[in-house]
Parts: sequence; C-alpha cells; structure tokens
Amino acid sequence: MISPEQYPVLIVVIPLLSAFLISILGGMDKRFCYPATLLALGGSLAAAVATLCLVADHGIIHYRMGGWAPPFGIEYVVDYLNALVLVVVVFVAFMAAIASKVSVEEELPHKIPQFYTLFVLLTTGLLGMTITGDAFNLYVLMEIAALTNYALIAMGRKRALMASFNYVVIGTMGACFYLLGVGHLYIMTGSLNMADILNILPHLYGTNAILVAAILMLMGAWIKMAFFPMHGWLPNAYTYAPSATSSLVAPLMTKVSVYIMIRVMFSVLGAVYVFKVLPVKELIVWLATAAIIAGSLFALAQKDFKKMLTYLIVAEVGYMVGGVWLATAQGITGAILHIVNDAVMTLCLFLFAAIVVHKTKGHQLSNLQGLFKKMPITMAAFAVGALSMIGVPPTAGFFSKWYLILGGIDAGQWQFVVALLFSSLVNAVLFFRIFEIAYYEPESAQHGHGESVAIDEAPLSMLLPLVVVAITIILLGLYSGEIVTTFIQHAVPAGI
Amino acid sequence: MEILLAKYNYWIYVALMMIGIYGMIAKTNLMKKIIGMSIFQTAIIVFYVSIGAKKGATIPIIEHGHGAAHAAVRVADYVNPLPHVLMLTAIVVGVGTLGVALAIAMSIYKEYGSLEEDEILERLE
Amino acid sequence: METVVSIKPLLASLVSLVAVIPIVMSGKRPNLREGWTFLAGVIKFGLIISMLPVILAGGTIQYNLWQVMPGLAIAFKVDGMGMLFAIVASTLWLATSAYSIGYMRSQNEHSQTRYFSFFAVALSATIGVAFAANLFTLYLFYEMLSLATYPLVTHHQDGEARASGRKYLTYILGTSIGLVLPAMLMVFHLTGTLDFSGAGILAGTTSKTVIICLLLMFVFGFAKAGIMPLQGWLPAAMVAPTPVSALLHAVAVVKVGVFSIFRVLTFIFGVELLRTLDLGGVLCVIASITILVASLIALSQDGLKRRLAFSTIGQLSYIVLGVALLSPSGLTGGLLHIAMHAFGKITLFFCAGAIFVATGKKNISEMVGIGKRMPVTMIAFLIGSMSVIGIPPTGGFISKWHLLLGTLEANRIPMLVVLLSSSLLNAAYFLPVFYRAFFCTDEESMFEAKVVEAPIWCVAPLVMTAAISVGLFFYPQPFLDLARMAVRSMGG
Repeated sequence: MISPEQYPVLIVVIPLLSAFLISILGGMDKRFCYPATLLALGGSLAAAVATLCLVADHGIIHYRMGGWAPPFGIEYVVDYLNALVLVVVVFVAFMAAIASKVSVEEELPHKIPQFYTLFVLLTTGLLGMTITGDAFNLYVLMEIAALTNYALIAMGRKRALMASFNYVVIGTMGACFYLLGVGHLYIMTGSLNMADILNILPHLYGTNAILVAAILMLMGAWIKMAFFPMHGWLPNAYTYAPSATSSLVAPLMTKVSVYIMIRVMFSVLGAVYVFKVLPVKELIVWLATAAIIAGSLFALAQKDFKKMLTYLIVAEVGYMVGGVWLATAQGITGAILHIVNDAVMTLCLFLFAAIVVHKTKGHQLSNLQGLFKKMPITMAAFAVGALSMIGVPPTAGFFSKWYLILGGIDAGQWQFVVALLFSSLVNAVLFFRIFEIAYYEPESAQHGHGESVAIDEAPLSMLLPLVVVAITIILLGLYSGEIVTTFIQHAVPAGI
Repeated sequence: MEILLAKYNYWIYVALMMIGIYGMIAKTNLMKKIIGMSIFQTAIIVFYVSIGAKKGATIPIIEHGHGAAHAAVRVADYVNPLPHVLMLTAIVVGVGTLGVALAIAMSIYKEYGSLEEDEILERLE
Repeated sequence: METVVSIKPLLASLVSLVAVIPIVMSGKRPNLREGWTFLAGVIKFGLIISMLPVILAGGTIQYNLWQVMPGLAIAFKVDGMGMLFAIVASTLWLATSAYSIGYMRSQNEHSQTRYFSFFAVALSATIGVAFAANLFTLYLFYEMLSLATYPLVTHHQDGEARASGRKYLTYILGTSIGLVLPAMLMVFHLTGTLDFSGAGILAGTTSKTVIICLLLMFVFGFAKAGIMPLQGWLPAAMVAPTPVSALLHAVAVVKVGVFSIFRVLTFIFGVELLRTLDLGGVLCVIASITILVASLIALSQDGLKRRLAFSTIGQLSYIVLGVALLSPSGLTGGLLHIAMHAFGKITLFFCAGAIFVATGKKNISEMVGIGKRMPVTMIAFLIGSMSVIGIPPTGGFISKWHLLLGTLEANRIPMLVVLLSSSLLNAAYFLPVFYRAFFCTDEESMFEAKVVEAPIWCVAPLVMTAAISVGLFFYPQPFLDLARMAVRSMGG
C-alpha cells in the first residue's frame, strides 16, 4: 500500500501521468478518454481528501521532492490553507469532468482525446500551483495551467479564438511579471523556497528591490485573476469557450490566482510587510470596491447569460481581494472561505449554463424561457446556486459574505461593506430576472396555458453533478463554522 | 551615468521589456503582438541570466574536485548556475507559449482571413 | 421558569415542508393531494397546541438545531409571543386550506399542485419565524417566506402578475438584503450574539446615533410589515388568488413582518433601552403616519381587495404603535392585535373571494344589493369589519381597548386621537360596503333577489373565522394570557 506520506505528491502525480495516458488511449479509441479522466481525477480527489484529513489531524505536511532538503530541493507544503484549496480544485475538476461528457461529444466531436488530455493537464497545473512551496516552480505550473487553458478556450473556435488570443497575450504578461518579481527576490535573498524567503526577508523590508518584487508579483497575480481594471480578457474568453471548458476554468482559474495572491502575501512577503510596510492596503480595498461595483453593473447590462456570469466572476474577485486586504482576521477568513464557496457556486452556475447550451443551443437569457416547467430538478439546483450568489442563508454564499462584511466593519472600511450589499442586491435582481424568464412560458407555447409542457430533464451525466454541487453548497453553508475553526483560522496570519 | 554603465545589463533588460510591452499593447497586427510577447519573455530571460554572472568567475565546475576536499570552494570564483538552469525551463515555457499563440493565430487567419485586429473585429459582428 | 428541550418546535415548522413531497407526488389526484395538506395542517396545529400547556405554565421550549459558527445558530425557542403567532397562523392555515379548495377548484385554476406546495412551504417559514430563538434564524425563515410566496403572488403568470411579482420582490428582498442584513451584522459586531433576550442585548454597547440608525433599518427593513413608504408591494400583490391574499397578506406575510419588528424591538433593543433613549416618539410618528395615510387611501379605493389591502397596511401599524407606546397595556394590545386583526381580516378576504367566485365582481361599486343574494357572506363581512374597526362584540375591540389604555399609560394623548380617528376612518370605508349590500331598493340592486352563495368550501371557512372573531370577544384566551406573559418577559 501507499504510505500516507506519499498522499500529497499523489494528488499531482496521478493526473500528470494520466494526462499522457489519456492521450495515448485516446489515440486508440476515443471512448476510453472519458472513463480514464474520471478515474484519474477520482484518484486525485481521494488523495486530496486523505491529505486534508491528515492536515486536520497532524498539521502542516512538508514533502521533499526526491528527498532534497529545502532550500535546495523543491518542496511541497500542504498547510491548512492549500489542503482546503486542493480539495476544492479536484472536486470542481471532477464534477466538471463528469458533466463534460455530453457537451464535449456535442461541441467538440473530433477533439475528444485532446480535450481530455488538456483538461487533466490543466487540473494538474492548478493543483501544482496550489501545493508547491517553491516560488519558481509556481511560475512553471502557472504557465502549464495557462497554456492548457488557452488551448481549451480556443477549441471553441469562432469568437473564442480572438478571446483566447487576447488571453494569451495578457496572461503571458501576468506570468512574466510574476517571474520578474521572483527574480528580484532571488537577487536579494538567494533563495526560491517560499519559507526560506519569508525568513530572510524581514532584514530587507526597507529596500526598493523588495518593493519592486512585491508590486510585480502582486500585479502578476491580479492580471491572472482578472482583478478590475485588469479584467478585460476574462468575459469573452469564458463566454465563448466550450461549455465543458468554462465549467472547469471559470470556477477555478480566478480562485487559484486569488490563492496565489494570498500565498505571495503571507508565505513569501509576510503579513507584516504587506500590511504594515506597504502603504497600499486601503487603496486596494478601494480598487476591490470598484471591482465589485463595476462587475455587478456590467453583469446587469448583459443579455447573454454566460457573459453575465463572467462579469459576476469579476465582482467576486473583488470580494476576495478586498477581504484579504481588509487586513482583519474576519476579512481574511471571509476571503478564504469565499475561495471555497465561490468555486462551488460558480461551478453550479456554469454547469447549469452547460445544460442550457445543450438543451437550447444558446446561452442568451431568452434561451431560459419556460425552463422551470421543463427541467424542474435542474432549475431547483440552479436556484440553490443563485441564492448562494445572492447570499441567502443557509447557502454557503451567505456565510462568506457574513465574514467579509464583519471584516469590513472591523476595519472601518464602510465603502467595502456598501459594495458587498450593493452587489448582493444586484445579484438578486439578476437572478430573479432569470427566475422570472424561466418561470414564464415562451411566447409560442402560451396558447396551451401550462400543464401541457412535458418534463424534459437534462441527461443524467449533467444533472447528477449539478445536484451534487447544489447539495454541497448547502452543506458548505451549514458546516462553514467547522471549516473555519478546523482550517481557515490557522491559515490567517497571526498578529494582524 | 555611472549607474547606467555599472548596471547596463539591467538597463538592457528594461529596454527590451518596454519594447515587448509596446508591441503587445500598441500593435494591432497579431503577429506583431506575438513578436512583442517573445521579446518581453526574452528580456526576462536576459535579466535572469545576467544576475548569475560575476566578474572574473568561471563556469561552475569545481576545480580540484577530485580528492581535494580540503580546498574551500570560493563562491566568487564561479558564476551562479541556478538562474541559468531556471531559464532553461523558462525558455521551454516561452517556446510553448509561442507555439500556442501561433497556433491560435493560424486558426484566426483561417477563420477570418486576416491577422489585423481591427479587420477581425469588423468581421466578428 | 422551566426550560424544556424538545424537538417539537422544529417539527411544527418542518411538517408542512415535508408535506410538499407527498403533495407533489399525488399531484394527479387532487383529493388525495388536499388530504395531505389537511393532514399536515392538523399535525402542525396539534404539535403547536401540545406545547401550549408548558408555555402557559410560564416555561419555554428550546431546541438547538445547528450551530453554524460560534454565536450563530439555527435554534428554536417557543415563548408566549411566538406561541400566540403560531396558533393564529396554524389555525388560519387550516381555514385557508379548506377555502383554497373551494376557490381554486371553482375557478378552475392551473398549477394547483405548485400552489399547494408553496403554500405549505410558506407556512413552514411562518412558524419558523414565530419560533426563532435568534435573529439569524428569524432572518433565514423570513427570506424563505419571501421566496416561497413569489410563485403564489405570480400564480396567474400573466403580464400583471409578472409586474406585481417584480414589485413584490424588489420591496421585500431589497429591504431585507439592503437594510436588515447589515443591521443584523452590525448587531453581531457590537454584541457578539444574535440571541433574543427579554431584556434586549444592545443596551450599553454603542451610541444613541447608532441605535437610532439600527432602529430605522430594522423597522423599514422588515418591509413585509408595510410601514410607509414601503407599503407599495401590498396592493400590487393583490393580483394573487384570493386565498393567497387572505392568508399571506392578511396573516402570514404581513404578520411575519410586524412580528419581526416586534421581536427585534423588544428582544434585541429591549423596552428599557428604547425607554431610556426615548425612542418611542419616533416610532409613534412612523406608525401613526402609516395608520392615517393608509386609512385615507383605503377610502378612495373601489376594488374591494385593494381597499382591504390598504386597511391592512393601516392596521399593521397599530401593532407597531403598540410597541412604540412602550407601556404594558400598549405592548399587550399590539400582540393581541396580531391575533384579532388576523381573524377579522381573513374573514373579509374570504368574503371578497366568495363574492368573486359567486358573481365575478371585484369592485365595490358593482356590489349594490349583493346582501340579498349572499346574505351569509355579507353578514360575515359585517362581523369582520366590526372586528377591524374595533366595535364590540368582536375580538378587535379587545386589542384596541388595550392599545387605548396603553396611550393613556404612556401619556401620549395624540396617539389616542390617532387611534380614534383611525377607527372612524375604518368605519367610513367598511360600513358603506355593507350598507350598499343590504340597503337599496329593488331597482338599484344589481342582482336578482334569489339567494346564491359561493360553494360550501368557500362559505364554511368564512363563517368559522367570523364566529371566532365574535368568540374572541367573550373568551380572548389563550391569546390574552400569552400576550401578557410575553409582555412580562420583556420586563414591560
């Protein structure tokens, strides 16, 4: 049997090797791809959950690649923060993979092996970014995730091509900024191991090089997460991507980037540096406020359902960035909890979008007419996700918002509190508009006056993950106290 | 002026980077954007490689490596190999990015018959 | 004061939620489906009544369902105030279910399964609000009620329903997210808890300015109470089928609104705090403006349901006025009015629905001489109006009496004038309806003299609620005891 010490590396290695296997198997018969993908992600999910339990019981795990001790070797560190994020990433990828079957066969019939290979590689990249404790290794994995992501989006053809190209240019710029920042840190500290840098850095807090490094690394993370006003690439890329792609990347890319920002802030630069030495925290909370408001308003203006969701992602990024930079325990707790909750919520909404695309061949708001009658279960699951976005208890979204708002009150950043409430209200408008559209029949079917519309549910492979995700949203809400006390409160840096 | 000369490697990288960013942002031709992107990445590689260099140092293979354990290794005598090694990976990543970008550009050309951003945007409608 | 731990409050709330499953399953067989509704209603009523002895003996019943995070739990606590409201709501659910059968079937409405399902969900939420042990639980069920009633309000699914539904949600959700949520968070920030306590929890935690802000946020935030200027949704929501208007807009939804305000004012702020900061006056002004303006608007309404809606808006503020007086009798009167007004007003709505079912008429001007055609209904209507106006021998008199005593206790004579003039206005907009129905010549009458009542399923409930309205005058128990106990627990 595999000993528990190997769990952390298995999370990454299983999908990495499987990606190559899938491409070989796919060459033989493309029907192998789907089960192989599920198997790989399932295995990874099991390892991630096992690691999470280990962390909950025994605390932080250090894994040395090839036995080389840091700071020379590459180190995997699983602490309270990324143990949680790892599980979220694999869970989302697994659910998105299950739901992908029908959409992929329909939208990308000739590219099934390529799709699944890239899908699993992308997941690997995200997992690697999350688990690594090495600043340069993070860059490489960031680019693995990004490159696969560009390709996956470009598979959507037509408008997706242009969106993907823009994303390549901007995404590369973001990654390069990050790499430059790492270079500056390396010049000053001679180390690439995050924990090592964190130890050396306090002597160098006053230097300009560290300031430049901090700005560059944060800029890199912000570009990658589409933090307003650097969000330009996101809406088109996610809207025109194939349904199965957006179910994976929309929930994860931004969230993992937020995680990277938190990692850079607390595990590389140090909380003292970012909050006490850098004089920018209020400015960034203001930017986050602008992100929330702008994202919400743009979302309000959309007629395209998927595009509306993408602007909501922009707003949600504002929640998390703002929460972290509030520099209060409550705010940071809320931001981390929101990484978890928002990933699952967004997944729910995009899985629903995939079903809509499958059933109605479009993702305009008008495509949603009469869906309550046709697909009651799907709509019920979607309603849970929507209510969570609005922040209605007992769904998960309520509780992360709860912490974020308390954090805002603690920090006295009232504009952020107002923005959060404003965004809740806008979400209420957005989603009730959708409910309303879905609740009323399309014009053509009105003569029959109800009852006659037959139930026409989504295929099981799409419905099942959606329902599981909806239930997860409620469970996450009910267990949010548990999650906070077991994991998140240890992840919040002490002394702020 | 002295700062300029003493740290000329940094100024070169800064200049290259600016050229790259200019190409990525200001040019409307997709190929030019890709070229800008490549220059930008190369600037960073140049930057990394140059930080490993030291005046009067040699390649990092330890002299008297065999049976001379007592001779202390003087760090100043050798260039730092780590940034160079890192850049091998970064170059690979850069080539990967270039490949993906070119592939997408090709698809765009097939789809729209142009690589000029404004022309493509017109045809999008 | 004994405290019993029992799962009953949770069950009482959940039973109708669980009933949704069999209701949906037996959607094709209406009789069985309505059977489930009744069964759930009876069980709910039984559960609530079975808790009554403990409460009357001065005890409370508690149940902690789930600790979400420290200081934030989904918990139930039954006390006199919650009990009073729960009894009213569960009794009237039974009456309304019977009435719904008559109304919906004779109108041949579509999607009846959906209708009965969401009705059951709404009742779950109402009982949840009644038994909530803390502000968070209350908020949770409050939101659940908002969402569950949307499909009921927009039942007809036509353009008008759509517009009204939109208005309904804008008011209700807008205020609960925009005002109540931040106020609740602020309370949590200040005190670290949201548990209701008879003495209030806010005393001594913050400045008067903050308290006033919070007070206004709560009072206007619970827009279901229809305090002006946030009353606009209520008349709009009258597009719903009449049983929905009856139960939800005379009883459950609006009463949940005032109940929440009552709960928060007395158990979060505390009577003592309001008294020391002298905030009764502000509340009195808010309440009396709504009382008078709503009554005046009601005078000018021709649609019977719309007139009733504005009457409701005015009457709800009586209850708020009861708190605002901050005197024992005032508080008692306010609580009693929750019950008394509910029975009176639901009778009136039932009558409006019965008239619509039997004749298709909606406007008062078209009802000349209707008394000869539907005598039972119109006499019930008279009793209902008397109760709302506050004329003996109806229950409405008892609550109004206490409110009047309260104004004297609190030495707020202007409020006495407000109450009395409002009574006059009530009489002015109700009695003409009755007068036209009976006192007209045969030529003026718009109906043939033959007696044609609405179906028995419609008439029986309204006779029952009218009878209860009268009965409550002679025997106002257990409501009076419960109200008095509740007031004692507030230290008033």
